[in-house]
Amino acid sequence: MALPYIEYEKNIIDEGLETGMKNLTQERIDKALAKVLDGETGAKLKAYVDTCVHCGLCSDACHMYLSTKRDPTLTPAGKVKRSLSVLLENRGNITPEIIKKVSIVASTECNLCKRCVHYCPFGIDIAYMMSVVRRICHLCGVTPLYIQDTAHSHAVTQNQMWVKEDEWIDTLQWQEEDAREEIPDCRIPLDKEGADFMYSVIGPEPKFLAQLLYQTAIIFNTAGLNWTMPSCPGWDNSDMAMFTGDSEIMGRNKRFHYEAAQRLKVKRIVMGECGHAFRSVWDMGNRWLGWGMPPVPMVHAIEFYYDLLKSGKIKVKEKYKKSVTLHDPCNTIRGMGLHEKARYVVNELCENFIEMHPNREHNYCCNAGGGVINCGPPFKKKRVATNRIKAQQIADTGAEILITPCHNCHSGMEDIIGDYGVGMHVKFINDIMYEVMEKPEIE
Amino acid sequence: MNSFNSIYNFVSGPLVWLAFIVFIGGSIYRIRNLIILVNKKERFIYTYMSLKYSLRSISHWIVPFATISWRTRPVMTITTFIFHAGLVIMPFFLSAHVIMFHNAWGFSWGSLPEGFTDAVTLIVIICCVIFLLRRVALRDVKFLTDASDYAVLLIAAAPFITGFLAYHNFGSYHFWIILHILSGEIMLVAIPFTKLRHMLYAVFTRAYIGSEFGKIRHARDW
Repeated sequence: MALPYIEYEKNIIDEGLETGMKNLTQERIDKALAKVLDGETGAKLKAYVDTCVHCGLCSDACHMYLSTKRDPTLTPAGKVKRSLSVLLENRGNITPEIIKKVSIVASTECNLCKRCVHYCPFGIDIAYMMSVVRRICHLCGVTPLYIQDTAHSHAVTQNQMWVKEDEWIDTLQWQEEDAREEIPDCRIPLDKEGADFMYSVIGPEPKFLAQLLYQTAIIFNTAGLNWTMPSCPGWDNSDMAMFTGDSEIMGRNKRFHYEAAQRLKVKRIVMGECGHAFRSVWDMGNRWLGWGMPPVPMVHAIEFYYDLLKSGKIKVKEKYKKSVTLHDPCNTIRGMGLHEKARYVVNELCENFIEMHPNREHNYCCNAGGGVINCGPPFKKKRVATNRIKAQQIADTGAEILITPCHNCHSGMEDIIGDYGVGMHVKFINDIMYEVMEKPEIE
Repeated sequence: MNSFNSIYNFVSGPLVWLAFIVFIGGSIYRIRNLIILVNKKERFIYTYMSLKYSLRSISHWIVPFATISWRTRPVMTITTFIFHAGLVIMPFFLSAHVIMFHNAWGFSWGSLPEGFTDAVTLIVIICCVIFLLRRVALRDVKFLTDASDYAVLLIAAAPFITGFLAYHNFGSYHFWIILHILSGEIMLVAIPFTKLRHMLYAVFTRAYIGSEFGKIRHARDW
């Protein structure tokens, strides 16, 4: 069944962008452009800009283009033309109005998913070019309101959701208490020095999704692992500052994260099912700080679950009965190639797994990642309208459950499933593992 | 006739040298600048680079239909492969070129039959027309296209069009052959200074992204 096209308002007013534009001076624009174009960027950007021959082969990569009756302004190269190229070609005459316009393109019309790399014969990394534009907009102070609020939260609290330290500890203890009703000696050990694993999550988990902490506690305890969670800042691995272009705050937060692990002398960090946080911890943040590879070994939940099932530390009592399909998040697949491990995990846990097409590295983006969903309500309808192709793709599987091992994907999928009327539920691997695993017998 | 000879001697003599000097010098200058930038600001690129993954990436992208992109737009794929193969192979194996080289340097190599090269020339010109039609007719490509893209296409097509017209003695052979040599020289000179420089950069951008995806991201890039 073909899903409908949704119309959306093209002129979106965002308070953060409007205010930023009003406060922006010419001097600040020139300084930002000089810092980024002459300072921070180099051969990579130059080669990409000089090599693109405007062939349009990247168009078919982009879910936004494919979702909008092929809107030519929404191709990957079309977005570069409307943002980076504008800045490069008109340097010296860039007005605050122009900065606002390119900020909308870079912040809300590209998810930095890198699918277009698979379509460009030259391998031009358009996500990188969009990140450069976001960096310039950040230095100009012209960023969408909602995502900027989360970046402020990172700066002030070292977590994304303004979670206070006592709230964090209280949430963990509350989840531990609940979990003890199921497994009486279940623990969420805080600040346990020398543990084998430090588990880190994203800010929204204690804020809205505390059951994931509960389920994770059951998984760790059942597997009999020596683990801990930090009670102090550094527990949050998420990073919206990375997506606003605030590299300094990105670096600071990653330092908190890794230093929490080093202080606790843990052997490795396991992170929850989040894609962008993985990008930040494993790719962007660590490298901003000068660590080519993470200073403490770090694995994503997919790899962790894979190891648990492969080693038999977690056994499946009875496989999940409902039909499931699997979404491949950009950051763990195009970012780390975890697609086969994810399939192993899903097949171990579920009886009836249906592939969506295209899949693995070629999977369509959720249109939520890259900070786009974090730009909040003003851009929600546009975000849903520009991802019809994803809704169609998952609807075509006919599965009852959609597994998405990524928080942003998860929320974005719920929105498109709701608005396009695709009857499907979204779950994390964590939800299903908790449901089907063998748990200790209670006497 | 004399004026033809003197113009011909000039464009096929000193101008050729000049064109090659600018082409080679300009190309070295461009690549040198990129390497200087890498050394100054992006030394991490050296730690990302991998011969294995560079070759893995390049070997997929130089084969028609071996990537999702080539499979998605088959007309473009066939057109671009034929066009680029013609562009690279023809200048070296066209019998007239080989004979000229032999006359100048005293040695030569095999050449392709004239009937074949004539047909290929026509096909390359048709490919250029398809490129032009894409730019005019496909909304996404049209949106991306600016004047320089048409200029670059003209620069690349001109040696083939003029060569074809000269070979078939269309009107004045002298006129077309001089234009043919000139257009070839213009193309050489244009390579380092226009979007034609993708000829110089493609291997590096491909090798880099192939390495980044293969070695760092553990994922395919095709």
